[in-house]
Amino acid sequence: MSPLLSWALAFALGCLALAMMLALARMILGPRAEDRVLAFDCLYLNVMLVILALGLIYRSSSYFEAALLIALFGFVGSTAMSKFLLRGEIIE
Amino acid sequence: MDTLTALLVVVGALAALLGSFGLLRLKSFFQRVHAPTLGATLGTWGFALATAVQISFEHSQLYLHALLIAVFIALTAPITTLFLMRAAVFRARMRGEKILVPGADEPPRPE
Repeated sequence: MSPLLSWALAFALGCLALAMMLALARMILGPRAEDRVLAFDCLYLNVMLVILALGLIYRSSSYFEAALLIALFGFVGSTAMSKFLLRGEIIE
Repeated sequence: MDTLTALLVVVGALAALLGSFGLLRLKSFFQRVHAPTLGATLGTWGFALATAVQISFEHSQLYLHALLIAVFIALTAPITTLFLMRAAVFRARMRGEKILVPGADEPPRPE
């Protein structure tokens, strides 16, 4: 791995850590429940990107599967919470 | 090839950072809904393409599994956002705020 790529990956990890902190701040001080669900959505996307970056750093393809699973379960969780906010019950 | 991967990774990370920053900075919820879309599209595509490029050139064979994540997120992010907007409109109306319906409550545009 060239030094350029390792520096770029370190920079990307720093950016994503900052992005996760910003999403967490919105999750904590979001005035209503919708804001918190939206912040959670943003947060799990950032976590997925961090795991993809780690897969590039450690040159392992098993990180990709973890990222796919996180994307899948994050979507299910966000959708379930949105439906709960909309109806008060998830399975109708 | 490392240069291309580095460029894609940096662009994706900056897009995700900008999306989260907008999530914190914009004022009303209906503005904030649109901020994480930046990270969900450009960020995910940047990282997925970087992974695909890097692994393809390391193993010298085409590796497109990483694009699966980008396609999946592109399919599912609008669904989540749509449900969330509907829930926000519903709850705002339950609280008694007036949210205009486009086309029904607006004055007709002068032709």
